[in-house]
Amino acid sequence: MKVIVPVKRVPDTAGEKVIDKETLTVDRDAGESVLCPVNEFAIEEAVRLKENLGAEVTVLLVGPESAQSVVRKALSYGLDAGLQVTDDAIAGSDALGTARVIAKALEGVEWDLVVFGNQSTDARTCLVPAAVAELLGVPSLTYARHLHVEDDKITVHREHEEGFDVVESSLPAVVSVVEAINEPRYPSFKGIMAAKSKPLDVKSLADLGVEPEQVGANGAVATMYAFEPRPPKEAGTVVEDDGSGAAATRLADWLVEKKFV
Amino acid sequence: MGEMLVLIDHSEGQPRKLSLQMLSAAAGLADDAGASVAAVWLGPGAAGAADTLGAYGASKVYHWDAEEAHGFVTLPQVEALQAVLETADADVVFFASTNHVKDVASRLAIRVDGGVITDVTGLRVEDGRFVAIKEVFGGDLITTSKVADGKLQLLGIASNAFPAEERGGGSPELVAVDVALSDDATAATVVSVEKQTTSDRPDIGEAAIVVAGGRGLGKEDGFELMEELADVLGAGVGASRAATDAGWYPHRYQIGQTGRTISPTLYIGSGISGAIQHRAGMQTAQNIVAINKDAEAPIFQIADFGVVGDLYQVVPKLIEELEARKG
Ligand SMILES: Cc1cc2nc3c(=O)[nH]c(=O)nc-3n(C[C@H](O)[C@H](O)[C@H](O)COP(=O)(O)OP(=O)(O)OC[C@H]3O[C@@H](n4cnc5c(N)ncnc54)[C@H](O)[C@@H]3O)c2cc1C
Ligand SMILES: Nc1ncnc2c1ncn2[C@@H]1O[C@H](COP(=O)(O)O)[C@@H](O)[C@H]1O
Repeated sequence: MKVIVPVKRVPDTAGEKVIDKETLTVDRDAGESVLCPVNEFAIEEAVRLKENLGAEVTVLLVGPESAQSVVRKALSYGLDAGLQVTDDAIAGSDALGTARVIAKALEGVEWDLVVFGNQSTDARTCLVPAAVAELLGVPSLTYARHLHVEDDKITVHREHEEGFDVVESSLPAVVSVVEAINEPRYPSFKGIMAAKSKPLDVKSLADLGVEPEQVGANGAVATMYAFEPRPPKEAGTVVEDDGSGAAATRLADWLVEKKFV
Repeated sequence: MGEMLVLIDHSEGQPRKLSLQMLSAAAGLADDAGASVAAVWLGPGAAGAADTLGAYGASKVYHWDAEEAHGFVTLPQVEALQAVLETADADVVFFASTNHVKDVASRLAIRVDGGVITDVTGLRVEDGRFVAIKEVFGGDLITTSKVADGKLQLLGIASNAFPAEERGGGSPELVAVDVALSDDATAATVVSVEKQTTSDRPDIGEAAIVVAGGRGLGKEDGFELMEELADVLGAGVGASRAATDAGWYPHRYQIGQTGRTISPTLYIGSGISGAIQHRAGMQTAQNIVAINKDAEAPIFQIADFGVVGDLYQVVPKLIEELEARKG
């Protein structure tokens, strides 16, 4: 069985985000960038498919050359090979543009299952997995909090607000996982060393047969064209509880005053 | 005059609160857009809900209720919407910006070459096209976006961003749509639906008030106290990741960057430090209350009302006080 895990490089949430004033996109070379933490859950699931079913796993990243370290990082968990799509024309893509590049890259390789993170921690659109599935004409079993592959069939517990749906389809299929699905392990020292020499294929848009105007800022159908920082919040009231219960009374007063009671 | 479509999210025959908010938002923009508002109801119950949809602004309800609408994943809704778009004269669809519905929008956008903007919290019309406001990076930046001219605008509306207002409209016209599902649409089946909610507390995405608990609760039982407080206020209950990771409360109640994003009018956090990943899911709440024994906890930086103290002393007393006031 062949599994693909698409991973994204994102700015560290805890770090400062730098927006390029010209292109209005996140400057991914400024500030610290990391492997999207949600993708660690997808990687862990792929490692388990490898251990249990002997799956062969390739990580796929769409992003600039400098994101290669993120592909290596993903490989350090014990995955087999990397595929990176890098092209200046990709910059500024919207979610659907990114999905088009991922889908084209998948058309050129063999796979049975694609395991996404349900979202990326920066864009947080959750749009990419379903869009890729649509472009490839396969089912999208998204928001998985449990997945099981047997023979040619995949079963997923698809999380929603009130619990989950048990859904199934045959392979090939696309899934996305939520962080409740597993507890990712850390890469081993051996894994980190081995990642340096794992095969890593780098492709351009031309290699994939994607027209540059279909992607990137020019191809983006949904575009952000202005932004401003959130206005700072006024300092609130802080009371200390001295054990007398007076603080709770003041909070109750405040809630009544604000008409919440 | 065209139509603005609003894809109604519903449960047990009732439109969810977000659906009424979407209808109200659409009705409020109808004049500017020079369009009327049409609801799209997929699944059973359209006739029963029609008057409610009308009251919130829909003048028409497109509906489809075939057996196949229920047992399969995502694509039946996509194909039903495609069928509606073939009849309706629409260049915009409002949809609930929640996980499963986003998938419908995403697949539809690929099929009809549309553009999707998720988590929209503000809207206006300029030159006949929609301008969408959304917050990114956990609410740190407020952005303005548009879908390219000539493309279908798929706008995912965030919960509680628009008020739900009855407009006193009449009964909307019901229009049944015919949908011939493709083979692809029935390739992924729903084997069973596991409902795990046992209470009638509101969903945290919809609730006007959310009570949240974190690691400071110290134990699973601490959530009983949270639920007690929630029930006095008619609130939903959420949790920080530290609490869901510990197994004290289910993951689907996690608030934050990798959980739910909520915008209630009131959030009350107890024993939650206010890490950036948690704030990313709640800092757009209109009023924030924090109860934490550490005066240096970052949550106090965004709190409108903070109590520095032991939650096990403050919360029971608060419940007592609130009950007394409710009389
Ligand atoms: C990729 C990634 C994604 C993440 N996503 C999320 C997310 O979606 N949601 C989320 O919440 N977190 C998320 N986190 C985790 C986040 O960084 C924090 O670790 C987490 O929010 C901490 O939860 P907490 O505030 O409950 O616990 P802590 O940070 O441990 O805070 C507990 C607080 O309780 C207080 N306290 C202790 N006892 C009492 C008492 N008796 N009375 C009053 N106060 C008391 C303490 O003073 C402390 O401030 C994510 C982290 C990463 C790396
Ligand atoms: N540039 C990218 N390269 C590879 N995978 C991506 C990229 N962007 C998004 N993804 C994948 O799509 C998932 C959902 O991201 P998003 O739709 O941006 O919320 C992520 O968790 C990744 O698995």
